[in-house]
Amino acid sequence: MLSFVIRRLLAGVALVFVIATITYVLMHSSTGNVARNILGENATAEQVAAKTTELGLDQPLLTQYFSWLGNALTGNFGISWYNSESVTAALVGRMPITLSMVISAIIVIALISVVLGVTAAVKGGWLDRVIQVVSVVGFALPNFWVALMLVLTFSLSLRLLPATGYVPPSESILGWAATLLLPVTSLVLGGVASAAQQIRGATIDVLRQDYIRTLHARGLSPQSVVLKHALRNAAGPALTVLSLQFIALLGGAVVIERVFAIPGIGTLTVNAALGGDVPLLMGIVVVMAILVVLVNLVIDIANGWVNPKVRVQ
Amino acid sequence: MSATITEPGTELLRVENVVVDFPMRGWRKPDFRALHGVSLDIKAGETVGLVGESGSGKTTLGRAVLGLATVASGSIKFDGVELVGTTTAQRRAMGSQVQVVFQDPYTSLNPAMTIEDILSEPLVARGGLNRADARKRVRTLLEQVNLPSDAADRLPREFSGGQRQRVAIARALALSPRLIVCDEPVSALDLSTQARVLDLFVDIQEQTGVAYLFVSHDLSVVRHVSHRVAVMYKGEIVEYGPCSKVTVEPDHPYTRKLLMAAPVPDPVRQKARREQRRELILAGEIN
Amino acid sequence: MTEANSHVLAPTPRAARQSIMSTVLHNPVGLGALIVLACVVLLSIFAPLFAPFSPTEVRIESINAPMGGEFLLGGDGVGRDILSRLVFAGRNTLIGALIAVGVAMTGGVISGLLAGYFGKFFDSLASWMANVLMAMPSMILLLALFKALGSSMFMAMVVFGVLITPGFFRLVRGLVINVKNELYVDAARVSGLSNSRIIGRHILLVVRAPVVIQTAVVAGVAIVLQSGLEFLGLGDPSLPTWGGMLQDAFANIYVSPTAIIWPGSAIAITVASLVLLGNAIRDGFQRVDTGPAKRRQKRGAPSSPTEPASSAEVVEDDPNVLLSLRNVGVGYSAGETTKEVVRGINLQVHRGEVLGLVGESGSGKTQTAFSILGLLAPGGHVTRGSIIFDGKEISNLPAPAMRALRGKRIAYVPQEPMSNLDPSFRIGDQLTEPLRAVLGLSKKQATEKALALLARVGIPNPQRTFDAYPHEISGGMAQRVLIAGAISCEPDLLIADEVTTALDVTIQAEVLDLLRELQRELSMAVILVTHNFGVVADLCDRVAVMQNGQIIETNTALELFANPTHPYTQMLLSSTLEDSVPRDLVVANQGAR
Repeated sequence: MLSFVIRRLLAGVALVFVIATITYVLMHSSTGNVARNILGENATAEQVAAKTTELGLDQPLLTQYFSWLGNALTGNFGISWYNSESVTAALVGRMPITLSMVISAIIVIALISVVLGVTAAVKGGWLDRVIQVVSVVGFALPNFWVALMLVLTFSLSLRLLPATGYVPPSESILGWAATLLLPVTSLVLGGVASAAQQIRGATIDVLRQDYIRTLHARGLSPQSVVLKHALRNAAGPALTVLSLQFIALLGGAVVIERVFAIPGIGTLTVNAALGGDVPLLMGIVVVMAILVVLVNLVIDIANGWVNPKVRVQ
Repeated sequence: MSATITEPGTELLRVENVVVDFPMRGWRKPDFRALHGVSLDIKAGETVGLVGESGSGKTTLGRAVLGLATVASGSIKFDGVELVGTTTAQRRAMGSQVQVVFQDPYTSLNPAMTIEDILSEPLVARGGLNRADARKRVRTLLEQVNLPSDAADRLPREFSGGQRQRVAIARALALSPRLIVCDEPVSALDLSTQARVLDLFVDIQEQTGVAYLFVSHDLSVVRHVSHRVAVMYKGEIVEYGPCSKVTVEPDHPYTRKLLMAAPVPDPVRQKARREQRRELILAGEIN
Repeated sequence: MTEANSHVLAPTPRAARQSIMSTVLHNPVGLGALIVLACVVLLSIFAPLFAPFSPTEVRIESINAPMGGEFLLGGDGVGRDILSRLVFAGRNTLIGALIAVGVAMTGGVISGLLAGYFGKFFDSLASWMANVLMAMPSMILLLALFKALGSSMFMAMVVFGVLITPGFFRLVRGLVINVKNELYVDAARVSGLSNSRIIGRHILLVVRAPVVIQTAVVAGVAIVLQSGLEFLGLGDPSLPTWGGMLQDAFANIYVSPTAIIWPGSAIAITVASLVLLGNAIRDGFQRVDTGPAKRRQKRGAPSSPTEPASSAEVVEDDPNVLLSLRNVGVGYSAGETTKEVVRGINLQVHRGEVLGLVGESGSGKTQTAFSILGLLAPGGHVTRGSIIFDGKEISNLPAPAMRALRGKRIAYVPQEPMSNLDPSFRIGDQLTEPLRAVLGLSKKQATEKALALLARVGIPNPQRTFDAYPHEISGGMAQRVLIAGAISCEPDLLIADEVTTALDVTIQAEVLDLLRELQRELSMAVILVTHNFGVVADLCDRVAVMQNGQIIETNTALELFANPTHPYTQMLLSSTLEDSVPRDLVVANQGAR
């Protein structure tokens, strides 16, 4: 088990490295005259040259890259080009906000999808059709549009919830919950739409297995057959579905944060992207890649726990 | 009708010391040796039965002859021509000489193709026939395996297991091969169908002089069609000889165990065989 | 169906040959989706004809104008006609989606085909690259690369296409690996067909449908993602797009709240149509491709009989009769029609007797067994007659009462040992769970009993097997475990369904010996469902022969083998090969060769 985790971790490190390198090269190959962009049209050529030297942009790309990599390995992602804030500090400040939103969403998605998916697989009937409809609707509605509609309904018309902003839980738990309720809801709809459908499919596959009938033949109650045996065997596919959902949520959060003016990683990313703030963007990409690797590792370990065959390999 | 010119009785296939290894899944696992240096020969127009239990390597040997399994060492000569180590292209040139009928009549036919497409595919691609000639040949083939000629326009799923297996036999016959490897061709079929398909194999051999390497786990099936029989156990041939000897009064303990284990469809004789088996076990002659 | 009627083919179900297109068109959802999509595409192509205004025409007086004025859907924040922009935006959105889909499909299908078919180094490399691409949230990567790509949405969609290539790659690769191992591809290879011909004729055929379906879904994803980027302000401001319109509407949400409805609806309708069309195509392929090709009947979660059998309490006169089936029918309903697979059979099993239920595939023998257990697949039910077990009617028992019988008084040993053990639980857990649930044993008692049972069925090292997972033991062992489970509650009746069919002949002999010993020891009645007359001869006291859902002959084993009366039985017995003369002797006698 330990060697399995170590191997996965090493593969994850390689993955982060490759993503970072590719992104670095792509971003640096076509940023234009950065110093000019930063200083504006009125800056003199000397000022621009000085700024270029200050940012290290006059160095060869490879030198720049290795110096960035060396710093990144110590946790220092450099200084934002535009507001001179430390990238690491910015990430540390924004990450919890986004994570609290995404993690809340994935938990809600997991709960609803498992209950809906398994029930639909076992009972069939109208619930099954509801899931089919929800999956199409949830897929077709962009989550940020759902968010806009929620704002329109609950904030602007009914005035029940705040339209924008974010309250840290340290200030007020209730305030925090109120500001996250609509963003999380808009993320959940799309997530449930795809996850419930797939969990339903996985459960139906398991229920068709021969051993399920044999367990019934041994006199076990249907509850025990479904809740213990079918769920355990459907857990592997379900975990994979949820891990993919998690990655999708990280992307989805970007737009949702914009709608609700939540100062998380998403808002940071959009601003950095519009400004072409390369150090900040590199920091974001690396942190996201690490996050994805960690989530996948957790899912792999969990999969090993539910599936003895995986464990042996 | 067959292009065979080889005299019956001359050697057609010679397998010598063939070793096949399968890489094991996973990390640092040694290869699994499926065949430990197997030797076998088949004469023209002859059926050699290959019996063994699951994991004995009998299917692997068939696939090695077909070029579907990679041979690690040893030699397979067809009509004096070495097949091991040949390039894919050379192998393809042999394609028309050695054909195959697989066990599972449900997955050995492409479900999306009509019977005519299935049968004419090798004819057009390899036999260089034009569409019309191929069509004619398809009718002849269907007739040869006792299927109605209107079967040509149908899809495999419209046929029963036995009928599909007839289609598979027709496909194998399409290029007038001199050897057909039959991999458990009747074990997925019902009892009554099985007997009929086996008889078809025998009839076709008598008409065309094709040789069979007939792989099966069932000693009685092999006895019905084979001239000579090889018994495989754990990747080796433990006994090889005339059918009447190997399948009736075998020498090797494993073959005897195999023979004793198969129940006779007659309560009285089965009781006797059971007793006999028990005595052999007690005497330690078989385990 | 037997080979006997090989010359009489059933008329071809023409419906099965319909093209995919026509099945999609006959599906109301598919037709609807297709019409909507066609409208969207046509509107986009001929936008100048349909749009009442130019998308860039600004009227100061119409800034954030409400609906119903000169601008039918109102004006946007700059004073342009929302309706006209909506129509023109369709163009850009669709072209963007087309680019992403085109890139992803081309790259994914080609690399998937190569990786799946040829494997080896290219496969490892491509799979690794797919993992890299899949590990990143596309949205964030696209944002990060925004400056590098310039503000062209089309360039961004090319990159997005690359990012979603793994979806197609994995799909195609998986399919190809599956088909590559199909026997018909092996047969094509043996026929000497070239790789390109095999890929072209056999592999592409299988890949086609899933790729079409995936394409519809990916197009939807691309539209949503593209509009998301535009909504964030990362689009080309000079082009009208649905996402850009949402951005504008969002900026003016307090002034003109309804403006966000239209572009959102346009996206939703287009994407929903794509998904529904994909579903319709998938259903179409399923309808066309699934025939009776499945070897085994679909078996699913059991259902209790929906229609209770007619007779109520029937008292069996002969106390020696344990189980009695009277005129029992089993049917499967599909929609309005019910197809009877067992058609009124009568059968008696005496206490302590081994009854063989023989027949070929499709004769209804297994369905008869499941009807006694009350474990028919969904849709299956007892259509008529009564099943009396130990003097009580059980065909209409409520589920809990039936469950009380199952595992305790009526036990079941299945055909395929490996697929009948839950792969996720240790053997020990699977044995003790029913012992505790059914017999109410403590954990310790159950463990002791399970170990004793494992030893009893001839497992050399019970503790090791107890602790093992199913994939760690052989098929013969697994069958012994299943037998141990079935006899654990000392049932009165054991239903053994083709118990030795999946086993090697030497293992079969051992399992038959074991069954014989256990049957005597526990003096239980056994229904042995099998197609193998050797197995029948070995074990059975009496035999019932089934054909086409009916029992055509019942007799003692000795009598049946000696004097079969029904022609079908005679034919079956004459088909056994046990007594065939070795072929070399036949040839020698003919002296021909």
